Amino acid sequence: MAERERPGHPYIPNSAPAVKAAMLDEIHCGSIEELYADIPESLRFRGRMNIPPALAAESQLRQHVEAILTRNTSCAQATNFLGAGCYNHYVPAICDEIGRRSEFLTAYAGEPYEDFGRFQVLWEYQSLMAELLDMDVCNVPTYDWFQAASTSIRMAGRYTGRRRALVAANISPDRLQSIRNYCEPVMEIKMIGSDRTGLLDLEALDANLDDSVATVYFENPGYLGGLESRGQRIAGLTHACGALLVVGADPSSLGVLAPPSSYGADLVCGDIQSLGNHMNFGGGMGGFIACRDEEKLIMEYPSRLFGISRTEVPGEFGFGDVAYDRTSFAHREHGKEFIGTAAALHGITAAVYLALMGPGGMRDLGVHLLQKAQYLSRRLATLPGVRAPGLDAPFFKEFVVDFNLTGCTVAEINQALLKHDIFGGKDLSAEFPALGQSALYCVTELVSQQEIDRFISILGTILGGK
Amino acid sequence: MTSERSVKVRNGFHQAKWDEELLFELHKPGERGLVVAPVEPGIAAEVGDGLSALPAALVRQQAPALPEIGQMRVLKHFLRLSQENLGGDLNIDIGQGTCTMKYNPKINDALAADPRMAKLHPLQDPSTVQGALEILHSLDLYLREISGMDRFSLQPASGSSAILNMVSIIQAYHASRADGQTRDEMITTIFSHPSDAAAAAVKGYKVITLLQNEDGLPTLEDLKRAVGPRTAGLLITNPEDTGIFNPQIQAFVRAVHEVGGLCGYDQANANGILGITRAVDAGFDMCFFNLHKTFGTPHGCGGPAGGALGVTQALAPFLPVPVVEFDGHRYSLNADLPQSIGKTRAYYGTAQVALKAYAWIRALGAEGLREVAEVAVLNNNYMLAKICRIRGASAPYAKGRDRIEQVRYSWEQLYKDTGVTTEDIALRMADFGMHLWSSHHPFIVPQPFTVEPTESYSKEELDEYLAVLSQVSAEAYRDPQLVKTAPHRSVCHRIDPGPFDDPKRWAITWRLYQRKMK
Repeated sequence: MAERERPGHPYIPNSAPAVKAAMLDEIHCGSIEELYADIPESLRFRGRMNIPPALAAESQLRQHVEAILTRNTSCAQATNFLGAGCYNHYVPAICDEIGRRSEFLTAYAGEPYEDFGRFQVLWEYQSLMAELLDMDVCNVPTYDWFQAASTSIRMAGRYTGRRRALVAANISPDRLQSIRNYCEPVMEIKMIGSDRTGLLDLEALDANLDDSVATVYFENPGYLGGLESRGQRIAGLTHACGALLVVGADPSSLGVLAPPSSYGADLVCGDIQSLGNHMNFGGGMGGFIACRDEEKLIMEYPSRLFGISRTEVPGEFGFGDVAYDRTSFAHREHGKEFIGTAAALHGITAAVYLALMGPGGMRDLGVHLLQKAQYLSRRLATLPGVRAPGLDAPFFKEFVVDFNLTGCTVAEINQALLKHDIFGGKDLSAEFPALGQSALYCVTELVSQQEIDRFISILGTILGGK
Repeated sequence: MTSERSVKVRNGFHQAKWDEELLFELHKPGERGLVVAPVEPGIAAEVGDGLSALPAALVRQQAPALPEIGQMRVLKHFLRLSQENLGGDLNIDIGQGTCTMKYNPKINDALAADPRMAKLHPLQDPSTVQGALEILHSLDLYLREISGMDRFSLQPASGSSAILNMVSIIQAYHASRADGQTRDEMITTIFSHPSDAAAAAVKGYKVITLLQNEDGLPTLEDLKRAVGPRTAGLLITNPEDTGIFNPQIQAFVRAVHEVGGLCGYDQANANGILGITRAVDAGFDMCFFNLHKTFGTPHGCGGPAGGALGVTQALAPFLPVPVVEFDGHRYSLNADLPQSIGKTRAYYGTAQVALKAYAWIRALGAEGLREVAEVAVLNNNYMLAKICRIRGASAPYAKGRDRIEQVRYSWEQLYKDTGVTTEDIALRMADFGMHLWSSHHPFIVPQPFTVEPTESYSKEELDEYLAVLSQVSAEAYRDPQLVKTAPHRSVCHRIDPGPFDDPKRWAITWRLYQRKMK
């Protein structure tokens, strides 16, 4: 009996030998090897790649990967107080339903004539974000807040023709590294220190402002959770020297917090992961940049900006790229920065989220987070030696917890909490040494009062045992 | 039962066309799509309404003007829009050359949606994310095998992001040798991705772009004239976007190394060379792969994506942090690389995309990866032979030579004969549920189009695409108006581009639309 032919791989239909032979025959070619004639022998790899044998059976592949995933403990299996830029908010079922639609998931760069849907939904995303931010314009998502902040600063540099950016020192150190990498050496990043509440030191800001400054950048809420209520004054100082004000904001706060445009921000940036996107170990991020409808500013965007138009048939809408000539797609190194694949699907999901939530949902969410964070802070403050909030500024859903007087390090506390399936707040001792043993605690609507109370009880025991 | 599937042109096709409203037109005050849980009564009793704790200046005075819409209508709206999007699964999506529109296995999406991946916070204790770190580390190891590089970072979020990382590393490397001030030029080629030029400019480099010769390739002579003490590096694809492999690539790399520059390999076009030739063999210092192209992860309408960046040992200290380490027992994150370029994306990259790429590689194994490359090249040269027989179409450069995984074609003759452009043809292809892309700008090839069949399509599907191309070409010669007025069976008809470049009319959002167009 002849040996049974190996089944073709399910992902490679033409791997059947007879099909290959027929195709080679049609193009008068003796073998596939001949098709590689342009690659010199000195470049040919004749070894064997050390990659495990194929798991061509889907059932085996699933078992294999799921076995690896059992070594993760997700936030669904624990009480999570980690935030610091990535948030375990509730993801509505419809966000998953639409975000996983094959038509959106597998599309890429089609035109409105075959991929009409992505143009409309991303235009609607821009529109929803514009309402939430109270701005005229928002881009198709860039990678994340890191990129959005970096590009906002570069946009301000080109807009003003100046090279210096003043950045509030209470920023996430990781985000700062990214901004530095992206902006230098073309722009100079100068840090402005914080006052004792952890917010921008306005005297230092004023002292550094002059006509070489392109932009002032601060975040509200700040990385350490503090809310800046002097936005109007900062905007006044910034504008007085002809610079642009760039503010980083958390969209989940904007149902209740004043949008940065209301106190004079020229550009607003941030991340849309909070808006219906799963955390994905940090892979769920997506950046936004918003501004007013000013041609000079809009022409500095590197991003895709989708616009609405009419077609030759009355009553029909069409969509397309606004001012495409800005982009590196059009003019390579002469375009604004660069553009490529980023995080469009996360924008689609965010659009679904905001459409579901509406103004009432965003308000209710904001109120919920304020209440819950204040509750957590008050309960923590009842524990001996724990200072919460650790900084005096008002806060939204995150705040610093100061453990310096407890005699415990944050690392010790977090390891002890982990034994109870509690993910303690982010250890700040390396990033902000001046804060000593402090941690950044965050709540979302997925942490219940019962979980908070249990956490406080366990933390009390941990600290008491010291 | 016949042994052959039939090949047909879908003349009866029409895209879904719902005449769906703009989302904001669905607004009805009082409707609600989702209810947010109120806090527990005990919390409310303790802290009150939450808002009172804030200074008045911080409180939003006017609610955002988001629409209010019931849940089912929201669902229906976005489902209808999804139906008005063809996507890769329904398309024979080989007309989007350079983008490697291959099959994205559903099992990989299912695995990535597992809560033990989707619901991981990036700052969890490493002991709780050993599985995720194992996947990132294993993918690094496999990509080392495929490229010959010594270490990968999965932090770059896309191909362009990986290019920026390469440029940053080149800059940091020269700075570390006190050589940074004088090296202010980056070299690339016209058929490399626009971001190879643009990302270099972002970091302040003067960009030198090598043009093509009659074979479609940059010449070694031009490169040797371009290099010198000011050369920081070379960023180049191979095969370039024409699908033509540059057989002198080793000499290119050597010429740049001889003047002290570094060479970064843009492997966006790697699908035809997996297991065939490696970055290390040509002497490159760095390379990157697009996980969303070559490694089968979905493109998501333009991301999330993944740009896996590999470097030689000499450049490993410059990688973005953190890198994943494995001591034989435990996986950990190491941020202690003193020469690192820092961070370029939040956290560790798009971990869910890395998981899908990992699963794709595991489903294929080493032999399967090579089979991917070989069949992709076979499919491409099959298409090349057949498309060159279509009236009005041609494949410029390198006549008679085979291509690797894609071909940049031209409708120049068809345009001269009929006045029908590539754009017209692309719009007509939409009437058959297909997509045809031109090329990146500038259009070096007149009336360009780019086809990359990948390994994913059967011969019958390739034949169907060819049959539609042939029919549209025949229509252009017989009845050019039919093509010049296309699409006829799409979601919308020809769009007025006027508002897109007119600041008085552009409407980037609903509020601008209301102000300018209503």
